[in-house]
Amino acid sequence: MMDGTEQTHWTNDERQAAVKDSEGYVTADGRQIGGVLMELRNITLRFGGVVAIKDISFDIREGEIRAIIGPNGAGKSSMLNIISGFYTPSEGELWYKGAKRPPMKPYEVARMGVARTFQNIALFEGMSVLDNVMTGRLTHMNAGIASQALWWGKARDEEIANREVVEKVIDFLEIQSIRKTPVGRLPYGLKKRVELARALAAEPSILLLDEPMAGMNVEEKEDMSRFILDVNDEFGTTICLIEHDMGVVMDLSDRVVVMDYGKKIGDGPPDEVRANQDVIDAYLGVAH
Amino acid sequence: MLNDIFIKPFVDMFTAPDFLLQVLWEGLVSGILYALIALGFVLIFRSSRIFNFAQGIMVVFAALTLVGLHAMGVPAWICVLLTLAVMFGLAVTIERVVLRPLVGQPDIILFMATIGITLFLIGLGEIIFGGENKVMITEELGIPTDSVVLEPWGGLLILEQKDITAVIVAALLVVALLAFLNKTRMGRAIRALGDDHQAALSVGISLQQIWVLVWFIAGIIALVTGIAWGARAGVSFALEVIAYKALPVLMLGGLESITGAIVGGLMIGMLEKLFEIYWGQPLLGGNTETWFAFVLALIVLLFRPQGLFGERIIERV
Repeated sequence: MMDGTEQTHWTNDERQAAVKDSEGYVTADGRQIGGVLMELRNITLRFGGVVAIKDISFDIREGEIRAIIGPNGAGKSSMLNIISGFYTPSEGELWYKGAKRPPMKPYEVARMGVARTFQNIALFEGMSVLDNVMTGRLTHMNAGIASQALWWGKARDEEIANREVVEKVIDFLEIQSIRKTPVGRLPYGLKKRVELARALAAEPSILLLDEPMAGMNVEEKEDMSRFILDVNDEFGTTICLIEHDMGVVMDLSDRVVVMDYGKKIGDGPPDEVRANQDVIDAYLGVAH
Repeated sequence: MLNDIFIKPFVDMFTAPDFLLQVLWEGLVSGILYALIALGFVLIFRSSRIFNFAQGIMVVFAALTLVGLHAMGVPAWICVLLTLAVMFGLAVTIERVVLRPLVGQPDIILFMATIGITLFLIGLGEIIFGGENKVMITEELGIPTDSVVLEPWGGLLILEQKDITAVIVAALLVVALLAFLNKTRMGRAIRALGDDHQAALSVGISLQQIWVLVWFIAGIIALVTGIAWGARAGVSFALEVIAYKALPVLMLGGLESITGAIVGGLMIGMLEKLFEIYWGQPLLGGNTETWFAFVLALIVLLFRPQGLFGERIIERV
């Protein structure tokens, strides 16, 4: 794996090398990772005079668990918001499935197979768990409005077919017992799991998780880690997650991008990143 | 005095049950119309947290368009279709010109914007159709205008067929709407959008599409209300006033609840008629219907601030 520290601008040679490298790699635990699914090239994000993200490039490969870590305020969430279309980068390109992605609205990005969760849980509190997870299937349903109004023909078949996928996800994440409960009544840890279920129900090409373990106790964190690994294992879902708990990330992910003050200071497998002096400095502070 | 308040009205009710039924029926019919208007409010509130002050004028506008088109010689049923098209155009315009630029603004700003829409539609309606009263094209639409006379317990009960039609159509509309909201993809998207905009975007729901859809459905409800109410009282801008009756209905039923809007509407319709006939006219000189609903709503608010069916707001501090 290349170090990536100096790799802020891509030359043509490097780009070709990246393409050649697109067959993927094999992880430490023997999983085959595929080609590049999403590639961010020289992304910069400014809010007025503040530079939140400065010239960052990295890629996400098919089937891997990719983590973005960094101290608070490093720009991790902004990066995720760029991938999911909530922010538009000031500079740089975003390539998805081999094509350059034009600026898009978040709902358009969602329809292209990018699902996400939020740091501060964004669920439909008034609806049941089942209905919440069903909304994850919206991108897969396209029956006409007349058919829907009459609850006949295509709309009905669609609803039933999608219901099966949803039940599978609900089973998988072990939330059967609360499927009819209004989400507003659930405890925090379960809400996080329902949010994951909703994202997963979309059968996304990329699943973005914004601090999936934030605010959880040890037991909940272990549960969530297990679910993330199982999702990746069972469905082969590509996952990109943000976390600032180093320990959790290192166990979970295949490759890690480290950000600090909007810059990329490291990129590679967990062990390599852990040994990177810049990363150690960023996390532990430097003696002056 | 106490006798007049607590005993005589009930004695009257029991000695003339047919008249009581008649009063309740009249109340039910106006209650249905209150409920329909409240339904329009609830729908828009649920999907966008906007309190749509313009629902009342949309009723007038839809009725005026229908009657106005017919006056130009267009056949009645085509008028209905054209009016629906106009309501759709209105929904698209409101979304594009008013709502979209105001996305993310505080609720009160959007509320003010709907007052603006109200005033604009009043002006536009007067310019196009004039301000004078018009007659609803009841017969042309094929709505029967005869009366059904029943004789319960040897008494007399007169039901107007157009009222019966209004009740049936309203009931069908409500059932269809509930099924649409609870069973379909679009319905789920509407409910989702009301709960959390960000989350809705992340699952691929387009704010713009849903808003147009919701305002269009509110427009359809407005047209049905306009036809039913216009058939009873004629079409004029005074119709807008009945929209204010939807406010106590909403306070009673809660802003989020469709069931609440319906039950609240029916309750207010029937209770205000009962009060008017048995207490208002003999004791207070009549005309209590103008204020009774508001007093009732105030009393309910004292004990249940979220309304009878509203979501209780619990905030953790």
